[in-house]
Amino acid sequence: MGRAIIVNTIRFILLIAIQVFLLKNTGYYNLSVPYLYILFILLLPFNIPNGLLFLLAFVTGLTVDVFYDTLGLHALACTVMAFVRIIFISVTVQRDGFDNEPEPRLGIMGFRWFLFYAIILAFFHHLILFSFEAFRISQFGYTIIRVMLSAVLSTFLILITEFVFYRKKVR
Amino acid sequence: MRNLWLFISKYNAFFLLIIFFTISLIIMVNNNSYQHASVWNSSNQLVGSTYQRVNEFSSYLVLGKTNDSLAAENARLRNLLKSSFYSDSVKQVSVNDTLLKQQYTYTVAKVINNSVHQKNNYITINRGKNHGIGKGMGVISSTGVVGIVLNVSDNFATIRSLLHTETKVSASVNGNIGSLVWGEGNFDARYAILKDIQGHLVVNNGARVVTSEFSLFPQGTNIGRVAKTGVKGDDSALNIQVKLDTDFSALQYVYVITNMLSKEQISLEALNKAE
Repeated sequence: MGRAIIVNTIRFILLIAIQVFLLKNTGYYNLSVPYLYILFILLLPFNIPNGLLFLLAFVTGLTVDVFYDTLGLHALACTVMAFVRIIFISVTVQRDGFDNEPEPRLGIMGFRWFLFYAIILAFFHHLILFSFEAFRISQFGYTIIRVMLSAVLSTFLILITEFVFYRKKVR
Repeated sequence: MRNLWLFISKYNAFFLLIIFFTISLIIMVNNNSYQHASVWNSSNQLVGSTYQRVNEFSSYLVLGKTNDSLAAENARLRNLLKSSFYSDSVKQVSVNDTLLKQQYTYTVAKVINNSVHQKNNYITINRGKNHGIGKGMGVISSTGVVGIVLNVSDNFATIRSLLHTETKVSASVNGNIGSLVWGEGNFDARYAILKDIQGHLVVNNGARVVTSEFSLFPQGTNIGRVAKTGVKGDDSALNIQVKLDTDFSALQYVYVITNMLSKEQISLEALNKAE
């Protein structure tokens, strides 16, 4: 339990730092913008209470917002993403099969599951983020293209990060 | 109550979503100027269009009252209109010439009543005794002879139009004098008949018909053009049909001719009858 808190805290600080100091300045003509920090919410343990999950997502989004000068926007997207995460996990994973606080990692869950997990959550996060950033329906076509391309790029970065810290199945 | 708690705890993710979503939305709208402006502008627009709809509907309820007030205002504005006032000023064209003595002066008058479709047509003008109009004066328009003043009141005068069976105007065509009448066989407002031109004279179509020196109009006042020669009249003589230049149905302004010397002429001619 204590180890999980330490690991997640370090992960939080590292991902936020990479996001706001490095990835904030990258992107493909504002069409494809990577948001790697959502990996923190993706990798939270399975057995985390829903309230804590929402609170952490909210705080994460708010922290990024402070650096991006868009107060509330990322918090909104992360809140929705937390909800999607709960639905997705409840549909695809049997909760009883896990002991020892396992996390939804690539090495534990397998490549196919993790790919769907990452791409669906990234899609919903970016959809909410870009929709509320544009805040109008008239540019919906442009917004949806941005969502697609950014989701692909973010998922790509998430997978690379996971492969770097690959850990073989312990079970 | 217990069921409600069970329900909320079972679907706690959804309620948590609503709570955090709302908090984020409030923070976002309040702290980002673009989203803030979008929300308040669109809500103002919504309120505005709603008020407009309600106002559109409620305006139907007071339609009768609105009509009354508009009609009253129309009447008030009509009273202020220029046409509601009787203009008493008279325009008279008069030149003071020491070499040539002025014989004719012209008084402008507006036609206020007119007819062309009767057997005997009359015209009413808005000038009368007060403006120097007298009985028997000639009336012309800018295009030609109109008629002769028949009766005069203080502010109005009636004119026996040229389109009258008893109107006779001494007219000349190519220097040959005849008598211009209307209503003998035709009651067309566009044509008149020129009688008493001697039959052996050749008159071409389109020849100009003007008043002669014997008429009460100034000599050479325009009347019209010859339209057809050799028209069969009541008597054996052949008449000439004249196309009138004046469009009587569209008469607006006329000029009443005052002959300065007519009084002298009449008094002189009266001596002949006395003898």
